[in-house]
Amino acid sequence: MSVLVDDDTRVVVQGITGGEGKFHAQQMMEYGTNVVAGAVPGKGGQEVEGVPVYDTVHEAVEEENADTSVIFVPPAFAGDAVFESLDADLDLAVAITEGIPTQDMARVNKRLTETDTRLIGPNCPGLITPGEAKLGILPGNIFAEGNVGLVSRSGTLTYQVVDSLTNRGIGQTTAIGIGGDPIIGTDFVDALELFEDDPDTDAIVMCGEIGGEDEEEAAAFIDDYVDTPVAGFIAGRTAPPGKRMGHAGAIVSGSGTGTAESKISALNDAGVPVGDTPEEVADHIEEFLA
Amino acid sequence: MKLHEYQAKQVFADAGIPTPASELASDVDGAVAAAEEIGYPVAIKAQVQVGGRGKAGGIKLVEDEDEAREAADEILGMDLKGYHVDRVLVEEAVDFTNELYVGITMDRGEGKPVAMVSTKGGVNIEEVAEEDPDAIAREHIDPAFGMHPYQARKAVYDAGVDQSIARDVSSVLTTLYQLWDDRDGSDAEINPLMVTSDDEVIAADAVMNIDEDALFRQPELAEMEEEAAGGDELEQKADEYDFDYVRLDGNVGIIGNGAGLVMTTLDLVDHYGGEPANFLDVGGGAKAERIANALDMVFSDDNVDSVVFNIFGGITRGDEVARGINEALEQFDEIPKPVVVRLAGTNWEEGMEILNEDLVTVEQTLEDAVQRAVEYAGEVNE
Repeated sequence: MSVLVDDDTRVVVQGITGGEGKFHAQQMMEYGTNVVAGAVPGKGGQEVEGVPVYDTVHEAVEEENADTSVIFVPPAFAGDAVFESLDADLDLAVAITEGIPTQDMARVNKRLTETDTRLIGPNCPGLITPGEAKLGILPGNIFAEGNVGLVSRSGTLTYQVVDSLTNRGIGQTTAIGIGGDPIIGTDFVDALELFEDDPDTDAIVMCGEIGGEDEEEAAAFIDDYVDTPVAGFIAGRTAPPGKRMGHAGAIVSGSGTGTAESKISALNDAGVPVGDTPEEVADHIEEFLA
Repeated sequence: MKLHEYQAKQVFADAGIPTPASELASDVDGAVAAAEEIGYPVAIKAQVQVGGRGKAGGIKLVEDEDEAREAADEILGMDLKGYHVDRVLVEEAVDFTNELYVGITMDRGEGKPVAMVSTKGGVNIEEVAEEDPDAIAREHIDPAFGMHPYQARKAVYDAGVDQSIARDVSSVLTTLYQLWDDRDGSDAEINPLMVTSDDEVIAADAVMNIDEDALFRQPELAEMEEEAAGGDELEQKADEYDFDYVRLDGNVGIIGNGAGLVMTTLDLVDHYGGEPANFLDVGGGAKAERIANALDMVFSDDNVDSVVFNIFGGITRGDEVARGINEALEQFDEIPKPVVVRLAGTNWEEGMEILNEDLVTVEQTLEDAVQRAVEYAGEVNE
């Protein structure tokens, strides 16, 4: 079992004719992902790696029954690419693109509330259900099938923690990289809810980092609604204050939140042990599953 | 990207927000001439991008030519919290009866812009936010519609701004939002917005931060960034190489891919008793040249005694990383500082085959790599 993605997922790759789009479409297919179409304006009628390319996402839906998009479109056009996925009424849109202007994402965020499409990202590695399908750029070979759900704001940190788990023989139901941007689609609370409702997920890893208040909100949610055991990791305990936490965030939220300490203590208060190292996170998961 | 005060004031003034008469000067004579033209009293303000300029002696109010000459001489060339002052803004001193705060920023929790107004202007607004959060009126804006006029009025009335100036403050707030929206601001603030004895409002300071990711559609502001460049030599180098880089106080240089993993590497250096010298994220998909640039960056920091490379490839490929490390190190007769390399993920095996192991120390796990780098740094200091 899994959440959000499995071997029935029918994927359209937006930007499949670009370098990244082509390489990762191929990687996704090699992993077993059902890539049914590409969508690139002006490139309709071509084929990439045997996959038909359409000018619009709407055509990919009509012709190939695509239900999920993975977006490898340059930042200047990526906000529009997400809008296109939402308008085509897909179940899921995964935006890999890094560097989308924040104001574009604010408008996307507003539109999301009016549609049924779920967005993962942007600026994220995507998600993977080991042994079934991966959407995005995650290196498939480090993942293993199993019973741990993972959600993380950082791509490479996800790999690091998964590596520790897999090396101990602990596999994953689904791993979701939600991205580290200020405005994202699916957040910790959404992912935790999905894992809590998944009968095959027996433990959850949540990797956060300094900045924003998503981890604090997740801690409150875990306290109230999550029975599945959760282990956490927070990156950035030694980062100097002020360098990453924007001045603006401090005004809106008041200071004292957004720091590693406040996140770790919120998680601890919700009964979530937070590892000092990725290996310690794996230790906690091992104990949960014993 | 943060605009200098003089640049932000120009942008605000062009949009119709009242600002005091001012002129930029880069030498003492220029500053005095500007002061004469504007008319005393004037404020002489260091143009560096650090907070608390006034307390650090970077802002002086002067009444006549002698004072102006003395103040300009003192401020120009001074080191202000690590930044060299090479320009001052000479500005009309406004006679005020009251100070307000107005600002627009992105509330990341809500995913919406928020307009803020407070009658507690002229002071550190973060402290106000912490100690008396109700003293700041906040109004969230729908990014698809922009700020409705009633929202500006509501924020102004909620903050308790006096009737006599409410209309003018609303107008400034509306203009500020439009600017923030048009120019891809991340935040735009006026603190203080001064109220004169004639019930006029005037922006005595101006803060404008631009979303770096949106500079491609703000060519005019991107030019200002070049003009504003300055600061720490290493940070300038990082800008040239286009790295996310933060200089720190320790002696273990850190290079990695992905902000979360690099922060984790910093945390582990600390965990194993070392001190990180920097945060350097090469980003996703770095090619050999970029890796070589990263090493050059870290080697140029005299405080660095050892370097740890932590790459977990997804979109980044181990073979490219290894080529970059070889390229950078093969130029040296003697490697300046010991380099520990840990490669994992995409093409790590190919990377290990390419990597010249005579030049670096290879470790398989993150923990081992960090511990080894901390050890090397400690040996240098013994």
